[in-house]
Amino acid sequence: MLFGFPLLSLVIWLPILAGVAVLATGGDRNAPLARMIALVGSVAGFLVAIPLYTSFDPLTSTMQFVENHVWIERFNVHYHLGVDGIAMPLILLNAFTTPLVVIAGWEVITRRVSQYMGAFLIMSGIVNGVFSSLDAILFYVFWEASLIPMFLIIGVWGGPNRVYAAIKFFLYTLLGSLLMLVAFIYLYQVSEGSFSILEYHKLPLSMASQILIFIAFLLAFAVKVPMWPVHTWLPDAHVEAPTGGSVVLAAILLKMGGYGFLRFSLPILPDASHQLAGMMIALSLIAVVYIGLVALVQADMKKLIAYSSVAHMGFVTLGFFLFNNYGLEGAMVQMVSHGFISAAMFLCIGVMYDRLHSRQIADYGGVAHRMPVFAAFFMLFAMANSGLPGTSGFVGEFMVIMASMKVNFWYAFLAATTLITGAAYTLWMYKRVIFGAVVHPAVEEMKDIGAREILVLTVLAVAVLGMGLYPLPLTEVMHTTVDDLLAHVARSKLQ
Amino acid sequence: MTEMQNLYLLVPLAPLAGALIAGLLGRVIGPAASHRVTIALMFVCVAASIAVFLDVLKGNVYNGTVYTWLTSGGVRFEVGFLIDQLSATMMVVVSFVSLMVHIYTIGYMHDDPGYQRFFSYISLFTFSMLMLVMSNNFLQLFFGWEAVGLVSYLLIGFWYTRPTAIYANLKAFLVNRVGDFGFLLGIGLVLVYFGTLDYAAVFAQASNVAAETIEITSGSPWAILTVICILLFVGAMGKSAQFPLHVWLPDSMEGPTPISALIHAATMVTAGIFMVARMSPLFELTETALSVVLVIGGITTLFMALVAIVQYDIKRVVAYSTLSQLGYMTVALGASAYPAAIFHLMTHAFFKAVLFLGAGSVIIAMHHEQDMRKMGGLKKYMPITYWTMFVAALASAGVPGLSGFFSKESIIEAVHFADIPGAGFAYFCAVATVLVTAFYTFRLLFMTFHGQPRMDHHTEEHLHESPWVVTLPLVALAIPTIGAGWLIGPMLFGDYFANTIQIAPQHEAMAKLAAEFHGIPEMMRHALSTIPFWLSVVGIFAAWYLYIAKPDLPGKIKWAAGPFATLLERKYFIDELYSWLFAGGARLLGRGLWKFGDVKVIDGFFVNGTAGLVAGASTLMRRFQTGYIYHYAFTMIVGVFILMSLWLFW
Repeated sequence: MLFGFPLLSLVIWLPILAGVAVLATGGDRNAPLARMIALVGSVAGFLVAIPLYTSFDPLTSTMQFVENHVWIERFNVHYHLGVDGIAMPLILLNAFTTPLVVIAGWEVITRRVSQYMGAFLIMSGIVNGVFSSLDAILFYVFWEASLIPMFLIIGVWGGPNRVYAAIKFFLYTLLGSLLMLVAFIYLYQVSEGSFSILEYHKLPLSMASQILIFIAFLLAFAVKVPMWPVHTWLPDAHVEAPTGGSVVLAAILLKMGGYGFLRFSLPILPDASHQLAGMMIALSLIAVVYIGLVALVQADMKKLIAYSSVAHMGFVTLGFFLFNNYGLEGAMVQMVSHGFISAAMFLCIGVMYDRLHSRQIADYGGVAHRMPVFAAFFMLFAMANSGLPGTSGFVGEFMVIMASMKVNFWYAFLAATTLITGAAYTLWMYKRVIFGAVVHPAVEEMKDIGAREILVLTVLAVAVLGMGLYPLPLTEVMHTTVDDLLAHVARSKLQ
Repeated sequence: MTEMQNLYLLVPLAPLAGALIAGLLGRVIGPAASHRVTIALMFVCVAASIAVFLDVLKGNVYNGTVYTWLTSGGVRFEVGFLIDQLSATMMVVVSFVSLMVHIYTIGYMHDDPGYQRFFSYISLFTFSMLMLVMSNNFLQLFFGWEAVGLVSYLLIGFWYTRPTAIYANLKAFLVNRVGDFGFLLGIGLVLVYFGTLDYAAVFAQASNVAAETIEITSGSPWAILTVICILLFVGAMGKSAQFPLHVWLPDSMEGPTPISALIHAATMVTAGIFMVARMSPLFELTETALSVVLVIGGITTLFMALVAIVQYDIKRVVAYSTLSQLGYMTVALGASAYPAAIFHLMTHAFFKAVLFLGAGSVIIAMHHEQDMRKMGGLKKYMPITYWTMFVAALASAGVPGLSGFFSKESIIEAVHFADIPGAGFAYFCAVATVLVTAFYTFRLLFMTFHGQPRMDHHTEEHLHESPWVVTLPLVALAIPTIGAGWLIGPMLFGDYFANTIQIAPQHEAMAKLAAEFHGIPEMMRHALSTIPFWLSVVGIFAAWYLYIAKPDLPGKIKWAAGPFATLLERKYFIDELYSWLFAGGARLLGRGLWKFGDVKVIDGFFVNGTAGLVAGASTLMRRFQTGYIYHYAFTMIVGVFILMSLWLFW
């Protein structure tokens, strides 16, 4: 704790203010200035988030860097911020991703530059707000607010079918979260006038109301994750979104759903969580197996990676509902790792799209001839996406498979099929795109990646390898929080 | 850190450094500097390995942690080394063969545009393999296990423009992943039932866990160790290419020949054999798993050897030979003769490396022609290649005095003594394969080096012996091909593996073998009166008769054999079956789930159906809100009229 310094507020509002400043630069005449401010703002946003890790006390499970002020007195709504070992890594992931997105869009976005960059910075701040809110209404405001920039990013800078995709994205996620608001209002009643999430954690609830609230939360979080069968908005959104939008969507926004389960469903509704664990595990395993097969037959690279995201996020929800350390920590690791890997995969596809303006696998082939450096990076990330040991992709999957084995052999069996399907869909795509002879003349014209692209991919490569070879620093900060959460979930709230 | 611990670290880190330098800076420093750096570092690696080996011979074993990878749920997952007789032997074999292959590569790949990349890969492979064999826990074993799979993938697809190469590498990776799938589940069970992944701790508890059972399907309890061992062995089947996961190995010949020698003959494919030997304290407690190992090994050794008879591609003959020899090692494992398996692993590494590198030398001379029907009479042009390959062929056929004889003879005898279910079948396969091995090995030798030249005139004019960078490794590897067998006394019957490999007292194969062993001369003399020796003589003679004396006979036999020959040529149709059933099936299923599940049911019915319902309802509602005052007035009048009527006539 830095002497009562409002660090979390800074982490939230600095990117938002920078985003407003970027917007203020106006039209595309000032595009270079907009880019520069966006870069400085996003890097500053990452730098101010670093003390969250370095000053974090891993030995306590109480909230840290707490700020608490009354916001709306009439309804007892507070501006209440704080992080634990679950929220903090996600904030860092978000702050880490934003500069990459800014750099990745540097020359690629030429239209409405300030609005594009501004939207990402504002979204970055909003998402930090989601991960640090300890007041339900504050959380809800940030949660819904995060939809707006992404809606605009898809709707304005998206592909030909962007309007359908943007509206599908918006409605799907909005409808999901409306019931969450209803649940908050109900909890407000039961708790006799509190919106404090930490109060809710202690609130005794009957089984019937726990199950109803669980389902309300489930709709909000499952859509966001997304879990099977409410995942169909994701491939459409990714396909139409610009590269940066896909990166943030996959790397960050999906994590909000996962985070919701840990912050709300498990601790507020432990009995319902246990009661419905079987269903949650089944849905997660369907995501792993079913979606893995669906990914195999995609002809569009972005769709393929979008489906692969659903399958990988299946490991996250699977890990949550096994109720053991490997599972929860593995799920957290998987979320962070998926942030790196999916960002890298979408950036790689973006690199090719910028050159050939196609996402169809069939339009490529033999890219390695023209772009050997790119091919090497893409290989690394493809292997990470297949869960190769030594990359971050392995760590979470490994831990969740171990966690499943603790509970049931067949859970582990089904989860481990990802070793085969994950490699099959990723490497089969890689083979058809990168290897082989050049058949399309357009591929012959492709230029290898430049310094800006190398920079972004190198940063991600270091993250993927670093976390794969030495994940200890990440899991160390989670142990106490996870232990506490598991102990909490194990206690019944029924009276 | 003691001096020895630094040395342990140096063994894998030297090739890793070479891989990074050649891989990241290869373009900057150029081809020559790249091979100099990697080879120099490989020399360091070999020297360090030998130093470690000598230290182990003095009795200094080591088991310790390098760093903690992860902690979770109170378990520490670590990276660490276990240096004992087994790992030290493997370290020497791996690093030595790898060094030879590094040198050989200078000659074989000299004008390839991917020269630096190739050196980077083979050094990376060496690093991965060393981490695998030096591991002191299951997790790092799995790291190395998958890492060698990765490098193998990269190397099989090294010539990434060839459709066959990029098909083969994907196939190799996926088939290996099927094995790894079982392997990881086995590791998961180890973690759950033992609470640790550390070898020493697991082995110490093995007998306590042996009594526990698991109900995989309700109502049928399995001994937990049986399940663990079979799952681990599934991993070995992938990596060591045992039936039915053997299909990737012959196709892996699409890669450049040096890696066929290093990865797909001498080292990586032996990872499974090494792993089972390492796990002997677990396998010894489950007879069921040992029987599975025996039978799988028996099938592989005989049926893959038969395929080798009908191959014409020189590398594929050697590839099927590798499959068959790996089958021998597996049979030895199943018979609880782990030292014999490791011994054969070692001798095979040498003679198979010679056969592959020799085949590569022939391929260079033939301008990348691999069909033996277009060779013949090469002996006089390539004497060094010929004589080294001749020695290796003798060793492979099991002729007394050469390394392969000692190791193979031990395996056959050990299986003979084994008395667990499946041993009879495995013994039959092992003995029958001796005949087949001798036949196909000498068929290769005769077709390539003897008889009339069958290549075109142009090729024949340019035939010459390969440069010294190619022949030096051949000679250097031919020496242990001849001599390594003479280590049989200390390796098999001394107490060399006593601390490493555990054999249950009721599994008497090794003990009986030791009782029968009365020194090397006696063993050779005794062999002359056994069936295997005469089978190999018959095999060599048959090869000579069919391919030297009566070269038109094989065609007639093939014609007469009809469907049987086709069955062998098509490799029992297993590839066709897999590609239809698994590759086709998965795609069909995926397409069905996508088109029906996602597009039709979820999106079509639920999502767009909901949207359609909302839209339909609002369209209906909108009809009532036209905004025209006379519509509202008319509706009002009608309403009033209806209400009045109701009021009046009810």
